[in-house]
Order: sequence, then C-alpha cells, then structure tokens
Amino acid sequence: MKWNRIQKIALQSIMKNKMRSILTSLGIIIGVCSVIVMVAVGQGSQAQIEKQINSLGTNLLMVFPGISNQGGVNRGAGSRNKMKLSDCEAILEEAVHVKYVSASVRSGGQIIGGTGNWNSSVEGVSEQFLDIKDWDLESGEFFTAKDVKYKKKVAVLGKTVADELFPDMEAVGEKIRINNTPFTVIGVLEEKGQTGMGNDQDDTILAPATTVLTRLKGKDKINMIYVSANSLEEIDAAQSEVEEIMRREHDIDYGDDDDFMIRSQTEITKMASETSETLTLLLAAIAGVSLIVGGIGIMNIMLVSVTERTREIGIRLSIGARSRDVLTQFLAESITLSFIGGIIGILLAVGISLFMNNFTGIYTIINPTIVFLSMAFSAAVGIFFGYYPARKAANLNPIDALRYE
Amino acid sequence: MKPVIEMNKIVKNYVMGDVIVRALRSVDVTINESEFVAIMGASGSGKSTLMNIIGCLDDVTEGNYQLDGSDTNSLNKDQYADIRNQKIGFVFQGFNLLPRTTALENVELPLLYDRKERIKNPRQQAIKALESVGLADRIDHVPNQLSGGQQQRVAIARALVNDPAIILADEPTGNLDSKTSVEVMSVFQELNEQGKTIILVTHEHDLAQYAKRTIVLRDGHVIQDNKVEQQQSAKTVLANWIEE
Repeated sequence: MKWNRIQKIALQSIMKNKMRSILTSLGIIIGVCSVIVMVAVGQGSQAQIEKQINSLGTNLLMVFPGISNQGGVNRGAGSRNKMKLSDCEAILEEAVHVKYVSASVRSGGQIIGGTGNWNSSVEGVSEQFLDIKDWDLESGEFFTAKDVKYKKKVAVLGKTVADELFPDMEAVGEKIRINNTPFTVIGVLEEKGQTGMGNDQDDTILAPATTVLTRLKGKDKINMIYVSANSLEEIDAAQSEVEEIMRREHDIDYGDDDDFMIRSQTEITKMASETSETLTLLLAAIAGVSLIVGGIGIMNIMLVSVTERTREIGIRLSIGARSRDVLTQFLAESITLSFIGGIIGILLAVGISLFMNNFTGIYTIINPTIVFLSMAFSAAVGIFFGYYPARKAANLNPIDALRYE
Repeated sequence: MKPVIEMNKIVKNYVMGDVIVRALRSVDVTINESEFVAIMGASGSGKSTLMNIIGCLDDVTEGNYQLDGSDTNSLNKDQYADIRNQKIGFVFQGFNLLPRTTALENVELPLLYDRKERIKNPRQQAIKALESVGLADRIDHVPNQLSGGQQQRVAIARALVNDPAIILADEPTGNLDSKTSVEVMSVFQELNEQGKTIILVTHEHDLAQYAKRTIVLRDGHVIQDNKVEQQQSAKTVLANWIEE
C-alpha cells in the first residue's frame, strides 16, 4: 500500500477527531515548548553573564594586592598592599604579551561644579584605560601620557556625573572641585550602563592616577592594576610574565608567596558560565521529563483509542486492510500527532521567548540545535510510544473486532 | 453457470479450553454466479461460522473452499485480507460505517486498501456506487445525518465499489423497520438482476422469500437446500404497501 494513501487515512482520522488529537498533542506541545524555552532562558542568562564579564575589558588581567597574614592574624584581601605605579611602568616596558596597562587608584568625595554638587567616586587611571575597557568618549578628549606624567588636574566625567552637574550645558571646559581640589573637565564618557550587580558604571570620574595619588590620596599605593593582553590566546602567557615582573619588582624570594593576586577574565568567565551551564542542564532535564510524560500521554490516548476504535479496525480489516496497513495507520497517526505537536511547541516556544525578550527582563536565546533535537525527539516519542498500541490494533481478529460493542 | 463458491466437506471446530465446539460438520455448498441465496438457521446452527468462512474472515479446519475459481486453503492473513478486498463486499447488521466520515469517504475506503490499484479514480467509482443505490444527493452526509435505511444503502455501496465476486450480507435488515427492510431487499434484488451474486445470512423466513434459493443449517449440517418457488418482488411489495 502506498505511503500517501496511509498518510491520507491517518490524517483523515486525526481531523475527524479534533478534540482527541489536540489533547493527545498537548503533552508533546508542552514538552517541546518547555525544553526549548528552558534552554533558551539558560543560554540567554549565560550569554548575558558573559557579556557583562566582557564589558569589564578586553583580554583582561587584574592584579590585586595580596593578603597580610602577620602573627597568625589574617587581615583579608588587599591588606598587604605593596603595589605602586612603578609596577605598572615595569609591566608596560617589559612584558611582550601585554598591550595596555593601567593602574587604578580609587578615591571619592563631594564634587562641586556646574549647577550643583554630587557625591561620586574618582578613579585614577592611565591614559590607556579606555583601550583596556573598550570604552569611548561622548565628547571632549581623554588625558594623555603627558597629562599623567605631569600630574595635570584634568578629569573625564562619567555620563551620570555629567548629567547631574551639568544638566543642560556642555561639561567640557568647565571647572569642578573634587574635595576642594580644582579640576578641569576635558571629556565626558559615553554611557556604559549598569553592571550585572546593578552598579551604575557611569557614576564615576576618571583622572590621571598620578594626580589622584598626590592630590586626593596623598600616598603612593595603588588599588589594582589592569593589564590587557595582546589577544585572548596570549592571556596565559601575559599572566606568567606579569607575575614574574611583579615578583621581581617586589623583591620576593624564590619559594616565598606572592604579595599580589592575578585574576584573568577568562577565569571569571569560565566560572560564571560553568554555573549557568549547570543551571541550563538542570532546566533542560526537568523539561525533558515533561517531554517523556507527554510521550506516555500519547501512548495512553492511543491505547484508549484502539479500544474505542475496535469496531473501526474491524471494518477496515473486513474490507481488506492488511494488519500492516492498520499498524502503519496507527503509527502514522501517533507520529503525525507528535510531529505536529512538536511544530506547535516550537512556534509556542519562539513566541514565549520573544515575549520574554520584549516584555520581561529575562533574556533568552533560542538554540537551533535544541529545536532540531526536540523535534527529532518528539517524532521518536511518536514512534516509540505509538508502536505498542498500533501493534495491538493490527493484531485484532476481524470477527471479534466487528462484534465489539 | 460458473460456480463462484465451491465448498467441499467443510469442517470447522473451535477449541474453547478443554471443549471442542463443532460449528460445521461437513458442509457441501456450491453457489453459482448471479445467484441470490439466503442462508438460514437458528442461532447456534453454524450460519455465522459459515458466513465467516465464505467471507474469508476465518479459515476452515478441514475441507476445501474455492472462491471465484481460486483455492483459499493455506493462505496467510495478508492473502485473506487481499481476497476480502477484491472478491467480497460485506454488508453488516449494524451498518458498520466509520463515524464522522462522509458517505463518499466511507464508500471510497475499500479502494484505498487495494494495493493493485485496479481502479484509477477511487472518488469517481465511489460516486458511481452511491448513485447505483440511489444516494447521489447524500454523498457529503456523515452517518448520523442519515436514516437507518440510507446508512445501510451506503454500506451496500461500499460493498459494491470494488466490483466483488460476491456480496455477503449478514442480517442486513436486523436494525431496520419492516418497510425499510423491504427497501433494502429491493436494492439487493436490483443488484442481483444486474448479475451480482448475493448471499444473505438471516434468520427471518419473510426475507428469504426475496431470494432465489434458501440454504437451511442446523447443528452444523445443511438440512435443506431449495429453490424458492415464488420469489417475491420487493418492488411490488413496496408498491402495495399499506401503512398500518
């Protein structure tokens, strides 16, 4: 018997029992839909975490001060700070795998200027800071190596600070006072938005590290060093170079512990994406269970349907259907139902994730592989859970089936 | 006259646990082309068993059964299915139409299972069959929009559609009132006049009068095989029908 005739018979049967068909497919629809949406949510959050980490900077290494542990008293991270600006210069000069270096000196206080005042943080950095952070200016210009060298009192405002102090006017060229020290605004940064933690990255002021150290802090210890490797591949090489240079600069003997810590961006990315990968896997597993439950639902309804349609099967057998025709018909019905259910599930999943992207804060990414897999899986469910009821129907005796009430 | 059915010493036993039920004990029947035979008998006489065997729904324990010139012994399930599809048209007591399926689709069904695809245009053939039972204007109706008599005529059209060697009717009027029963019989008589071989299984003596020949079974034996002396014309009966 030709396949298209069987398919026609199966389709007829599905169309003539719409309610039953919809209920049968529902399990698969929900199953496929939840698998795709769950994975989309998982991968969406993964992508967002990675994006946030990448916004820290490009090919970034961060050097932090080490831990002080004197006389058994552990003073915690950063308690043993020996990092100075000279470390940055040494790294920039000697490390071949390193492209940009910037110190970071954090200060803060009341900023007065323009139309009012505002409390913000001030970060002292080098002229390469924007390249490391992959950050641009909205207006004006950034300070130069010369400005850093001569400890110029120039400042570049974050978008938030600029908007607060100079709401309706050009900030560049104006004077501000940070803790009573006058600075000239030479540029305004473009908006960068919030970090994953909700911190406003635009509520900051950048100034030359040298100026901040001498004018605002009055000491020579820096808070951290940003190092940007030449490329992603060179991060590891850059890390060992930086470590070597830092140990030499700090006169650490062979065998002694570092008095600093180096964290690479890839390390942080890896940690974060491992967490969210586990989460995605967990979500997919839960959704996968619902897909299997949907398959069992199909088997249930097909089994009930065999009993309910015993007479129909008897009629078909008596007018010349072979067992194989009946088997194929029931199998085709369950495969079609689960396949159509799969397609509806996919469409529903696309709709839901578009809705989530546009109307909720949840960011989702639909993975074509998962779409394909769940589609294949739903067809497999149709075959697997459809076979037993189909075989049961095909093996009915036509005489008994015709008499069945 | 060419014989359509030749049954030679047919024995059929059913094994039910420890008991052997001897449903048919050596039955010899020959039915020729264009005959209209009523097979009669009380329940338990073996007439249903005989019908199942004639209809290739069941196999024989002993004996030889030839249908339309071909031996039906030692065939497998699929070959039986093909014979049912090509040589036999069934009409049942309970009509046995597919629910929620139009008359046309019901009639078309046997042609869809014809793996030789002898009939190239199933739809056209189904419409022709429905026309021949006078239901040309009901082709798009589903069974529960049709009266009992109309449903049975759809079933007859379905039995006709693949141009079978025999039409096998099992108590075709059992669910119908007496006037509709006569109407159905008139359809059978008309088909018989066109040359169709019709085998009617019934326990009603009144209906047997519309056939040309009656075979009576009792306890698995043929006890009577007569020509009907005065075949009643269903058309005449209908014309003289007096509503009670």
